[in-house]
Amino acid sequence: MYQEVILDHYKHPHGRGLRDGDAEVHHVNPTCGDEITLRVKYDGTRIEDVSYEGQGCSISQASASVLNDLLVGKDLAEAQRIQETFLELMQSKGKIEPDDAMEEVLEDAVAFSGVSKYPARVKCALLSWMAWKDATAQALDAGADAERKTA
Amino acid sequence: MTQLPGLLDTEAIRKDFPILDRQVHDGRKLVYLDNAATSQKPRQVLDALSEYYERYNANVHRGVHVLAEEATALYEGARDKVAAFINAPSRDEVIFTKNASESLNLVANMLGWADEPYRVDSETEIVITEMEHHSNIVPWQLLAQRTGAKLKWFGLTDDGRLDLSNIDEIITEKTKIVSFVLVSNILGTVNPVEAIVRRAQEVGALVCVDASQAAPHMPLDVQALQADFVAFTGHKMCGPTGIGVLWGRQELLEDLPPFLGGGEMIETVSMHSSTYAPAPHKFEAGTPPIAQAVGLGAAIDYLDSIGMDKILAHEHALTEYAVQRLAEVPDLRIIGPTTAEDRGAAISFTLGDIHPHDVGQVLDEEGIAVRVGHHCARPVCLRYGIPATTRASFYLYSTPAEIDALVEGLEHVRNFFG
Repeated sequence: MYQEVILDHYKHPHGRGLRDGDAEVHHVNPTCGDEITLRVKYDGTRIEDVSYEGQGCSISQASASVLNDLLVGKDLAEAQRIQETFLELMQSKGKIEPDDAMEEVLEDAVAFSGVSKYPARVKCALLSWMAWKDATAQALDAGADAERKTA
Repeated sequence: MTQLPGLLDTEAIRKDFPILDRQVHDGRKLVYLDNAATSQKPRQVLDALSEYYERYNANVHRGVHVLAEEATALYEGARDKVAAFINAPSRDEVIFTKNASESLNLVANMLGWADEPYRVDSETEIVITEMEHHSNIVPWQLLAQRTGAKLKWFGLTDDGRLDLSNIDEIITEKTKIVSFVLVSNILGTVNPVEAIVRRAQEVGALVCVDASQAAPHMPLDVQALQADFVAFTGHKMCGPTGIGVLWGRQELLEDLPPFLGGGEMIETVSMHSSTYAPAPHKFEAGTPPIAQAVGLGAAIDYLDSIGMDKILAHEHALTEYAVQRLAEVPDLRIIGPTTAEDRGAAISFTLGDIHPHDVGQVLDEEGIAVRVGHHCARPVCLRYGIPATTRASFYLYSTPAEIDALVEGLEHVRNFFG
């Protein structure tokens, strides 16, 4: 479960710290107290930044770091595809062995495939990804509202 | 092997618990240190359960056939065993529930529906403590919300004890009920019952004691406690899940109204109204957990055969050894009393910045089962500014070698995440 890649991200997180954003969300995992505050910044449909601050287990914190690596700079549609692929892997109960195609999409995030065998820990791995999805929905809603107002 | 004064013959005792022979994760010996969550069950209890179903299974208090009579005798026999185990003045004061949570909810609901002088309403106050399990917080929050009563609580000191310095302001003439835990499931603290009971009696408040972490580990005498209600559960004391106990003083059980209605709890029923059976049946609506009660009776026989005072001494010796050994682990902070004095055998701790889930997972890979999280006592975590803890908890079959394994496992955790 604790792949070297995960421990690396846990000990040396990428993109950690809160920076300017279009929307901010705070998500918690009530069973273990993992917490994350996450902000997204969009330039049109391109993800300019995902910044975050949190506390929790190595799985939840490393997952946020991997998310930052994977999603920053991507177009929204591609980011959504990555998020859905990660969700599919995490909900697989250990039954999906990531193939080359999946590895190409998920890069470092395939290291979490072992976590999917532990039901209690899947939520830890998904915490930041659910926060990102929520923040993105809020940012896009706010953007749409602003457009309507200026129209 | 470490020899401590007061230890039980664990080599013999462990032979009674088949599960303790299990190996996990490719041949690692199971080190079960999650006894505060639930205890393991001896062969004697497992046999009683299967014998009940194989030979006696029937519904109780209903039929006239042989099995019904035998099942009733076994079920009521279990009540006698519980009554003797807690030194209850009468067997009719022992109510079977499904767990301690239900027992505590039952008390809250009796008082919520009661007439004077027991009635809890917007003019009255309920007192609990900050170290309660959620099962002794939420029922009282619900009662307070539904009746308008004010919920108050004792805070905690930095070393994990109840802060009783303002007891006269917390428990007042308005207090109707004081409900508190005898031994904390997260801090391990053994609370000073006498001081609280004395003040409650001064103002005429009822006292309810959550003995879930006491009944399995020490002699429990409800008369000596001088409480009005005592709640505990079977599965933490070698019994099966699905059986709990509420003991209540007879005169209260006579006066207070039932909570759940149904079969078994009635005297007569017409379409307009019903009258109720005397306690304890008044509070046992529906088919009760019969096999589970029989299993609890067998668990009590088992514990009695070893002796609760000897179990207490065994766990005290283990706890003393454990707090000493854990103090050797760098960055380890015990949450709760740091000595074995007035302390039960559940020890919570943090390990530097390593999240308890990570601690628990790596220990599990070594075969060591501990509990991680907030232990259904989240206010305690908030009080000490921590998200969660790791908890090791011992029982009559735990050994010093298992504590050594835990300490080694924690070293491994530190290296892994260091």
